[in-house]
This record gives sequence, C-alpha cells and structure tokens, in this order.
Amino acid sequence: MRGAPKLLPAARAPRWAELVVLWALLLAAAVAAAFIAVYALGADTQWLGLLLGAAFALLAVGAIVTAKALVPQEQKEEERHSLDHDREALDVAVYVQEAEEGITRSRLLKRAAGVAGLTVTGALLVPLASCGPFLDVQQLRRMAWQRGRRLVDDAGRPLLAEEIEVGAMVPAFAEGVDRKRLDASLLVVRLEEADLRLPREREAWAPGGILAFSKICTHAGCAVSMFRFPHYDVNVPRPALVCPCHYSTFDPATGGDVIFGPAGRPLPQLPVAVDERGELRAAGRMSGPVGPSWWGVQRG
Amino acid sequence: MRRLALLALLLVLPATAAAEPNGRQLFVAGCASCHGFDARGIPEKGPDLHGAGAAAADFYLRTGRMPLDVATGEQPLRAEPAYPPEEIRALVEYLASLGGPPIPEVRPERGNVSDGQHAFATYCAGCHQIMGEGGVVTGAIPPPLKDSTPTELAEAVRVGPYLMPAFGERQIDQHTLDSIALYVERVVKSPPDRGGWGIGHIGPIPEGMVAWLLAGGALLAVARIIGRRMER
Repeated sequence: MRGAPKLLPAARAPRWAELVVLWALLLAAAVAAAFIAVYALGADTQWLGLLLGAAFALLAVGAIVTAKALVPQEQKEEERHSLDHDREALDVAVYVQEAEEGITRSRLLKRAAGVAGLTVTGALLVPLASCGPFLDVQQLRRMAWQRGRRLVDDAGRPLLAEEIEVGAMVPAFAEGVDRKRLDASLLVVRLEEADLRLPREREAWAPGGILAFSKICTHAGCAVSMFRFPHYDVNVPRPALVCPCHYSTFDPATGGDVIFGPAGRPLPQLPVAVDERGELRAAGRMSGPVGPSWWGVQRG
Repeated sequence: MRRLALLALLLVLPATAAAEPNGRQLFVAGCASCHGFDARGIPEKGPDLHGAGAAAADFYLRTGRMPLDVATGEQPLRAEPAYPPEEIRALVEYLASLGGPPIPEVRPERGNVSDGQHAFATYCAGCHQIMGEGGVVTGAIPPPLKDSTPTELAEAVRVGPYLMPAFGERQIDQHTLDSIALYVERVVKSPPDRGGWGIGHIGPIPEGMVAWLLAGGALLAVARIIGRRMER
C-alpha cells in the first residue's frame, strides 16, 4: 500500500504533564473564584486585574502543556486519497483512540477544564453588576440626605455659612455617611444673592447665595470639579460648574440647569439652611436623582 | 516766561520718572484707558481697582497678563512683563494705596508635599490637572503652572484671576497654601516620572494612545514573528 500513513502507537504522555494541567485548571478556577469574592467585597480594582490576569495565565499554562505534552505531536503527511479502504479507516480510528488513551485521567481533566471554564466565565460576567441595579431602580432614588443632616468639609468639620465667601468653591460631604456613596459628595458655591435666578419653589434653598449641588455629573458620573467664577463680569462667561470629562456646564444661579455639553438633565441641587450655630444643614432632599442618568430618569 | 517754565517741567518730569518710577504716572500712562484716571474703572472696559490690592496688581503685572493684549481675546494670558521690575513695584505700590489685600506670603519650605497633593487634588486639579499642565474649562483656558513662582501661585489662589474662584484663608489656610506651593515646586515643576517617560503628563489620553499605537504595534510585530516561525 503505497502512500499509506505509517501508524505508530501513540507515545504515553508523561504523568507530570497531566498533573500540571490539572493543577493549572484548578488554580485558574480558584483564582477566578477569588476574583468574584474580591469584586463582591468591593476591594481595590488592582486586585481584580491581577486575579483575572492570573486566571488567564493559568488557563494558558494548562492549554500549552496540554498541547505540547499530552496531545501526540506526530505529524503525518500523505498525498490525499480517500479512506475507502476499511482497513485504513480502522487504523485511523485506532490511532485516534490510542491518542486519547495516552491521557490516563481524561475524565478528570475534562471535568477540571469544565470547572475552570465555568468559573472564569463567571468572573467575566459578574462585574456586569456594576452597570447598575437591573430590577430595583428605586434604590437609586434613596438618598444620603435628609432634613437636618450637616454638611462637613474634607476634614469632617461642619461647614460654617460665614466661612464661605462669594465666589468660593467648597467640596462638602454628608456628615456620618460613607463618602463612597455617590450622593454624599457636594460642591458648595456662593454667588451674590442678587444674581440668583432660582425657580420660585427653590427661592429658600440658597440662604445668602450659598448653593449646594451634587458633585456627580448627570451625564457620565464624573466629579464636577470645576467652578468658574468671574470677578469682573463684563464680556466674560457667567459663573458655572463644569465637568472635566465632557464639559457639561451647569448654571448654579438657575439651580443647576445645563447650559452647555452633553448632560441631559440639571445637576441635582440640595436645599440648605443655616442653623442657629451658623452651620450648614440639609433642608430637605435633593432636587433630583444623583448620578449619571439611567432609564428611570428623564428629567430632574 | 510761563511757556518756558512749562517746557522746563516737561524736560524735568521724564528725568525724575527715570530716577524713581512714579506709580501713579505709570498708571495714568498705561492703565487709565481701561481702568480710568482715578482707577474707578470704566463701564464695559475695565473694573474698579479700589480694593483689588497689591496681590492682584503684582500677579497681573508680574506675569505680563496686564496690560491686556486684546489680540489674544478676553482672557489675560501669561506673557513677558510689559514693565521692568522697578516700575512694577511702583505700580503695585500705587494700587496698594487704593486698598485691598497685600501680596500673600508663601513659604514652600514650611509645607508638606503630601498635604499639598491632597489640597491640590481637591481644589486645583479639576481645572489645572494633577500634574499642573493646565487644561480647558468652558469659556477659559486654565494655564499650566510650570512657570509660576510660589508668590504668583499664592496670589492666584487668593485673588482668583479671570474665571478662577478665589480661595480665602478659611478654605486654604497658610499651611495648606505653603504645601500647595511645595507640591508645585517639587512635583509639578520636576515630575518624578518613575516610568521614565511622562507622556506629556496630561493623563489617560496620551497613555491610552501609547498603549494602542506603540503596544499594539509591538504585539503585531510579535504575532508576525510567531507566524514566521510556524511557517518553517
């Protein structure tokens, strides 16, 4: 039989290779599970990157060792002809079977591969939860602010109304609330009272021209960290809060209306009041939901 | 006779001015067309300077932002100072006599870099970027801070030039001001660049471009090498 493949019994794969593959797959599964745990605990994102990278590296080790050491590497070349001869077909079948027999614990390895694949896929899908609540969007309307809660500065000291001069920009937080909450961060600014053009129902929200706004842009959720305030107002833009990400620009004088940029709704305003000690306190709830817009939000 | 006296006066005046620059005269000659002969301002042209004080005058004159170059638009931009130092001193003295805050004192050596970075991130970085490269706000260009002396920096913090908000003593106290100045001296003016290359220090955009263009190119080259080997 000219040109027939020379079939050799497959060489038995070394035992260490199987162990390496097995351990690589199981470790990949463990690391991916650790990724999910770290994500759930809300720890540092650098750990997330490290763990996901390690999971992929371990999968890669498993795949490389499988390919190099477990699967027979013999290459056969022949001129193409049909396998119509029964004996040839049988030979090939036997060869394929023997190749698999080279792996002594193929079921165990397959299961390990399954476990690793599922966990890593899980690790890839779990962060979708960060896209926001899918079922209960009402929780986005629950707020850190309620009437009477004090505004504190970066160092945790209560903000005093008299310390905020006209033209000042003061980052503020809700007292006693986790600062990582989106709605805990405020930007407090002070304009001349005469320059305010607040809607009628918000006239009492800005004692002495002190205005408090959510620091989170309603477009993509960046921190609105820029405040432009002209000290001489001829031929210059009027005071505005500006988001550094996409330059959404909000007019504090009118209660946070969008005057430029991609934001679709006004910056939520917090009504403030000055108590008998001169400290700033929330006088109610924010004028709208805090944070980037989602499908539950149309207008302020 | 009177004519002669006038002529003599005209000849003598410039001579005395050269010896000891007179702030009020310089003001009338160089600033009054917008700010008025009495520095009370001219509607639609320039603001009243009573109460602006030495801090604002020194900042605007020393950084060449005033006299305003109308060709570059409304925002005063940094330029070569229009006056020599002794004339600036005289002008600042004159404007200080109209009332207002003095030139703020700042001593970076008394600050703390870590406090400075924290305060810089809180108050300054929104517009000027964390590496002080400057940026854009709608309607104005926050300038880079690399050329600023500590005193100019302190003046800007207290005065709030153009669209910048002013930060008072109660918001940024003396220690914080010293620390911000130290941060600018140590970090903004000589960035650490641990990776060896700052990529313009303007944050994620050039970093992303380097990742895409350079790292992407390198990956392509590696893929090509692997492909070549497989051909053999």
